[in-house]
Amino acid sequence: MDQSLHSRPVDPGRMTRALRLVRSAPLTAKIGMVVMAIYAFVALFAPLLAPYGEVEVVSRVPFEAWGPEHLLGTDQLGRDFLSRLIYGARNSIAIALVTTVISFTIGCLLGVFAALVGGVVDQAISRLVDALMSVPDLIFTLMILSIFGSSVLNLILIIAVLTSTRFFRISRAAALNVASLDFVEAAKARGEGLLWIAVNEVFPNILPLILSELGMRFCFIFLNIAALSFLGVGLQPPTAEWGSMVRDNAALINMGDITPLIPAAAIAFLAIAVNFVVDWLLNRASGLSDEG
Amino acid sequence: MTSRSHPILSMVTSRIGLGLLSLLIVSLVIFSAVSFLPGSYASAILGQNATPEAVAAMEQKLGLNRPWFLRYVAWLGAAATGDMGMSFAGRPVMTVVGPRLKNTILLASITAVIAVPLAITLGVLCARFRGRFIDKFLSTTTLASISLPEFLVAYIVMMVLAVKLQLFPSMAGIRNGMDFADQLYRMVLPILTLLLVILAHMVRNTRAAILSVMASPYIEMARLKGEPEGRVVLRQALPNAIGPIASVVALNLAYLISGVVVIEVVFVYPGIGQAMIDAVRNRDVPVIQACALIFATAYIGFNLIADVISIVSNPRLLHPR
Repeated sequence: MDQSLHSRPVDPGRMTRALRLVRSAPLTAKIGMVVMAIYAFVALFAPLLAPYGEVEVVSRVPFEAWGPEHLLGTDQLGRDFLSRLIYGARNSIAIALVTTVISFTIGCLLGVFAALVGGVVDQAISRLVDALMSVPDLIFTLMILSIFGSSVLNLILIIAVLTSTRFFRISRAAALNVASLDFVEAAKARGEGLLWIAVNEVFPNILPLILSELGMRFCFIFLNIAALSFLGVGLQPPTAEWGSMVRDNAALINMGDITPLIPAAAIAFLAIAVNFVVDWLLNRASGLSDEG
Repeated sequence: MTSRSHPILSMVTSRIGLGLLSLLIVSLVIFSAVSFLPGSYASAILGQNATPEAVAAMEQKLGLNRPWFLRYVAWLGAAATGDMGMSFAGRPVMTVVGPRLKNTILLASITAVIAVPLAITLGVLCARFRGRFIDKFLSTTTLASISLPEFLVAYIVMMVLAVKLQLFPSMAGIRNGMDFADQLYRMVLPILTLLLVILAHMVRNTRAAILSVMASPYIEMARLKGEPEGRVVLRQALPNAIGPIASVVALNLAYLISGVVVIEVVFVYPGIGQAMIDAVRNRDVPVIQACALIFATAYIGFNLIADVISIVSNPRLLHPR
């Protein structure tokens, strides 16, 4: 702990350090970062990149073949497949991101809180989390969605709450380790509030561990929403979403047409990219702790 | 001897107790989900055009005017004996779900019988040749394949083996009248897909379990004695890693559950996952409840088995701290 105190003044700037870190990454992690950047670009500039509108019917022929006018043909309602693919990037990624951020916030705050308070409160929250975790996520989500109906808001909230259990577990465990250290005791003795201690003392020290969990959970949420949409209970039409695009055009597969697999592959590439980066971060973290 | 087995026994019993407790909580959640239905349960059965008198009569008939915990106890008692009530479509839930449950168990157990030995072999190979080509190859491909959505794997399998090569039927619609060989033939594609989905997790976890044992001092000792590396892995590391591996296997079988839903839908396999999705589309709540309860029971069961195995196989866990 005192090591970081001494080294702070001679540290190079954050940007330089980040660049150096990126340069030292293995090939798989570099590929992962490039792929993630491409997806972010497509998602941000979707309206500029897409040749047609998201819900615009551009052809009277459903399932039109690939051609110069519609590069990837048209979907089951005669909408441009490529345009929907591009808008799908925006919808799928944005919803997964929002869900991840919400569940991260709920889970980490509760986890650190439970670790610092301890006692009955900790026990109560932990038992509730255990119960939530003892049903498979997909099954739980299916059940709740069928009762409340599938809207974007419901989808985000349900998945966020279910996933926050994982953030709770990991941040509570990590915070428990930190909470017994001297500087937390010192902060308590100074009379700092619980929230202040959580944010300023505990959180920075458990961040590296939680960040890799964040990447992993983003993947799970992303795949989960795609699976739900594929099953017909996720995002509802006419919103373009990769999972539901696979489902709506699945009939083409039996004719040997690979078009419906493109959105599925798009999901896979992003998930693989994120996992490659997370894997590198995890290896790095564990490698450092081995040496230290 | 009794003094040694006693703590294990009490620890295992307490885990089983905890498992039953979480099953109880889950069943309560599943039961109370109904009360959140927009409108009442009775009007959900009768449809939106039902007269208030008809709804009241239905509530009387279903006993909905009783206190909720009496209804819960009655529901749970009936569920424990395999009676899940009537579906909104008017058939007993068990006649809808029962045969499909049998199909899913068949699918999952065939997959498990193939996957478990294969995954352990591959995991051991990775650990034995750590850092060499086979390890790097398997580590990268399994890392990539745990990121694939299940439906992508399913459709690629279908595309290659059913549409292009025409070796197997793309739809796995098995029926009771078929003989077993025919059923198996139709199940090849879903089984293959499930295998691909679950193998990656199992191989990675097996490798990790063996490698963590390989870091122990007695492995170093065996190496210093001059034992060949293969022998060290098979004779020293593997027996000590059996506990972690067994719990990994059980956890992965629990993971199989969500994979099963998607894969059954892709291949139109008449299993319980398909039944649940149909019920969700029709908002047939009693069927959804039954499916959710079955899935949750299986999931809790596998996690419990994983816990018990890791307790029984690791005496150090008996003395925490």
